[in-house]
Amino acid sequence: MATIAASDSLRVLSANLCRWQWYSRDLRIQPSDKQRMTSTLLDALSLLGSFDHRLLQIVGLSLRVSLSALLIGALIGLPLGAWLAVSRFRGRSALNVALNALMGLPSVVVGVLVYLALSRSGPFGSYGLLFSPSAMIIAQSMLVVPLIAAVTRQIVEDVWKEYAPELSLIGLSRTQSVLLLLADCRYSLVVTTLAGLGRAMSEVGAVMIVGGNIDGYTRVMTTAITLETSKGDLALSIALGLVLMGMILAVNIAIFALRSWAERRLG
Amino acid sequence: MFPLRIEALRFAPPGRVILDDLHLTLEGDGISLILGPNGVGKTLLLRLIAGILPATGGIFDWAGQPAPGGRLAMVFQQPMMLRLSVFANVEFALRPQALSAAERKLRTQAVLARVGLAHRAGDSARLLSGGERQRLALARAWVMQPRLLLLDEPTASLDPSATEQVERIIREIRTEGAKVLMTTHNLGQATRLADDIIFLADGRVQEHAPAQRFFARPQSSAARAFLQGELPWRITFDR
Repeated sequence: MATIAASDSLRVLSANLCRWQWYSRDLRIQPSDKQRMTSTLLDALSLLGSFDHRLLQIVGLSLRVSLSALLIGALIGLPLGAWLAVSRFRGRSALNVALNALMGLPSVVVGVLVYLALSRSGPFGSYGLLFSPSAMIIAQSMLVVPLIAAVTRQIVEDVWKEYAPELSLIGLSRTQSVLLLLADCRYSLVVTTLAGLGRAMSEVGAVMIVGGNIDGYTRVMTTAITLETSKGDLALSIALGLVLMGMILAVNIAIFALRSWAERRLG
Repeated sequence: MFPLRIEALRFAPPGRVILDDLHLTLEGDGISLILGPNGVGKTLLLRLIAGILPATGGIFDWAGQPAPGGRLAMVFQQPMMLRLSVFANVEFALRPQALSAAERKLRTQAVLARVGLAHRAGDSARLLSGGERQRLALARAWVMQPRLLLLDEPTASLDPSATEQVERIIREIRTEGAKVLMTTHNLGQATRLADDIIFLADGRVQEHAPAQRFFARPQSSAARAFLQGELPWRITFDR
């Protein structure tokens, strides 16, 4: 029995070795591959340079969806985080832990939840939002709100611990305190909000599920890159990837510039 | 609001006693200075009077009421500086009062002029020097028109010129009718400012006397030792 088992193992090992050699030969970059890659890159740059209509449409929708989600995320997340920072109630710690955990919420899970809610048999099915940009905004908002709220809570709470004795003695109401703290932390909170934009723009799973990646209607940069790469249209994928990376880089430059300016201007 | 009678005040966090059986009566005028060695509970007493911390035991009797009937303000040793303009750092203190925006603006501008910060109204408060920060904190307290002003070492780590400016403002606030209760380690400042001295040691008031008498003829041995530069006390004590 032992001899038969050893012989089988050797046969499997030998087969795997042959397969690996075949794959590695296939993956080795040949001179013709290099030419093809250069040509693809030039095609991508040409698409960018010619302001390709299809590319611009995808970029435009991506910005519309992500900025709308960011606006909703900021409008809900900033006051929610600040309110949590200054409030004391039973279950607050559990809520904070839950909020922190939601920051790492997988986007596909959000996609499925929104899909179920918006599908014809779901509670909001009658609105007919599924496979529309609105559904994508809802899904991205659900990803951005916990991120902004959790980070805002931490930033404002640190400041609140320092200011609480004086603010309570002055007699500010809870709302007045929240507004004052948001104003005081505004530069850190702008950075938080921009991080939320990064999360929204780079998201693919949820928008793919609830948007359906419909050409000319719900196709955004991330879903287009996924699709075009699988089809082998690398030029458009690379062009979109460059735009996406450029935007994320621009956001990070904006964060850095804002922080530097605030430190110089406000101390 | 006055007289404020503090009876059998006790503050004892787990494992130690900081204030115990402290009795004190404060009248509603003048500048009272709290003196005593480090860690004796001077700042703590201000915080307990302000209601920022709850006492372990004891009674606060504000002219027969359990809570102060008039406005109370406090300037902390490290005052809060919001990342806003000097003007905004003062103006927000008027928000809880039923005042129009125009009235808040007028009062803020007036108080900034009185503390010598009108020319810096638009600057960021975080860029002020140490002396200017203390003047801003005093302006924020002053604009509220408090009946009782609590000051926690308002001139600690300030140079003589900045100290003189702060002392001038404190005198002006007193002249306008506020009772000032402050802590200090600076005996020279105590002689310049104080109408009466409250001397704390071993968790209670050892002596409460007019300033001139306190410095000329301290009644308690603890106060005499303190004025001679001897600090024989532990930071906390056990009973």
